[in-house]
Amino acid sequence: MTNKEKYANIFCETLEIEADKLQGLQYQGTELWDSVGHMTLVANLEEAFDIMLDTDDIIDLSSFEKGMEILSKNYNIEF
Amino acid sequence: MRTLFPDDIQSSSIAVISDDKRQYSYQDLRNFTSYLGQFLNKEALVFCLCSNTIGSLAGYIAFLEIGIPAVMLDSSKDATIVKNLIDIYQPRYIWLPVERISEFGGHAVTTLLEYALIERLTDEYAINPEVALLLTTSGSTGSPKLVKLTKNNLLSNAESIAKYLNITEQERAITSLPMHYSFGLSVINSHLLKGATILLTDKAVIQKEFWSFAKEAEATSLSGVPYTYEMLRRLRFFNMELPKLTTLTQAGGKLNATLAKEFIDKSRACGKRFIIMYGQTEATARMSYLPEAVSAEKYASIGIAIPGGRFSLIDTNGEVITEAETDGELIYEGPNVSLGYAESITDLATGDTNHGVLHTGDIARRDADGFYYITGRMKRFVKIWGNRCNLDALEDLLKSAKFDSTSGSQGLSLEFAVAGVDDLITVFVTKEGFESDIKSFLSEKTGLNTRAFSIRKINEIPKNSSGKVQYAELQKLLN
Repeated sequence: MTNKEKYANIFCETLEIEADKLQGLQYQGTELWDSVGHMTLVANLEEAFDIMLDTDDIIDLSSFEKGMEILSKNYNIEF
Repeated sequence: MRTLFPDDIQSSSIAVISDDKRQYSYQDLRNFTSYLGQFLNKEALVFCLCSNTIGSLAGYIAFLEIGIPAVMLDSSKDATIVKNLIDIYQPRYIWLPVERISEFGGHAVTTLLEYALIERLTDEYAINPEVALLLTTSGSTGSPKLVKLTKNNLLSNAESIAKYLNITEQERAITSLPMHYSFGLSVINSHLLKGATILLTDKAVIQKEFWSFAKEAEATSLSGVPYTYEMLRRLRFFNMELPKLTTLTQAGGKLNATLAKEFIDKSRACGKRFIIMYGQTEATARMSYLPEAVSAEKYASIGIAIPGGRFSLIDTNGEVITEAETDGELIYEGPNVSLGYAESITDLATGDTNHGVLHTGDIARRDADGFYYITGRMKRFVKIWGNRCNLDALEDLLKSAKFDSTSGSQGLSLEFAVAGVDDLITVFVTKEGFESDIKSFLSEKTGLNTRAFSIRKINEIPKNSSGKVQYAELQKLLN
């Protein structure tokens, strides 16, 4: 599985949505992506990529694309 | 009639700063009230679809000051719940964000601050003139029950809170909780009463915009339910540069004792204070607080009754317990005890059924120093992100719903039992395949996110010889 697939799967499973809904998806853009869901998403990303997200990155992770940008820029994960 | 913000507050003082950087003085708030007053007939009910925005706040203040009983609802919820309540209570007015202007019928009378006042054709009906505000709480029928509050309830509770937190006009409270929620509203009321400033935002603590606003506008206090503090720990709150933010308050359910201790100790170490409080919507908001001076040693306690209030404990025979360290039902008396509940339009007209005394339904004990500790609950309910949820009521709801059309023909009926812990309700069900149906049904009925519910298949619901569900058995499966 590529990193992109792994990343997308976490969003799909955590937020219980189909992959075709991910592009452009933002915080509060789907029912399960509220503040509680956000923390679950962060925890699942940390576990899958074996990283520990900084505070600034947790509160900056406001969309599907932004998350990839953060992971590649600050945690050396290539997509 | 007393007013929310007394005349001695300087008109030019800043009452509100919104996260789009606009500022509103106390005079502005008075002007908004006068403006809306022209369009409102007193003998009527208004539904206020709340958000943490100036439009929503201006409406709430106007309704309270003019004397139009307002039902405070969450504007982020979809139309179904609101429509149900409209059917039940037939409000003459709806105050809502302009983008929702056409969702509920009626015609727009005026707009102000991106909110609109809708007037509907309704029959006249009696409302107890004491009723000033109605807040939702979990009901037995699926539709929320309303708690009837008087203006005196609101003002006396705000006054008590301002006193024990020592709120002055220098304070700047950021709205980390929604305004339709009794705790969130109490933060607003207790600050307006003292001429302080409200930092108004709908953003959550996990959003960057919340923190940049808190920093720029120099927030001095923040309030949260247990889950808020779990998030703040994960966000390493104490590493953030927030020197002005010196007060943290917590209510809306019992905070895990380790987390409470951590926040108390770390707050002290950096010159902040962490105040644990306890309350219910039935008592407007607050009933107790844990004074900062003793918080480090009594961190598991809900503290002492707020100024003007009084706690007592009663045993199962209704006798007052005088000894320390003895469990009993926690009883609260004070001027903030609501009039009672409304579940129908006729309930709006009835008088005070509580008479200033609230049976909290919580089991507590008192230590030798007079501090109270919650040790259990009389009824089966849990707190979901600060909202009280009755498990028996949910179970009844599920039983009345028709999920399984095949059950009759196969002779196997679908059985339910509901158990739970704070922040997660577990529905035990005897058949597979209904998980998403059950979740969306409960979410729609309660207004809670589907994540609040976990569905678990069980072969048989444990019952005793007389057929009573053994909830203790189910509860064990949750741990």
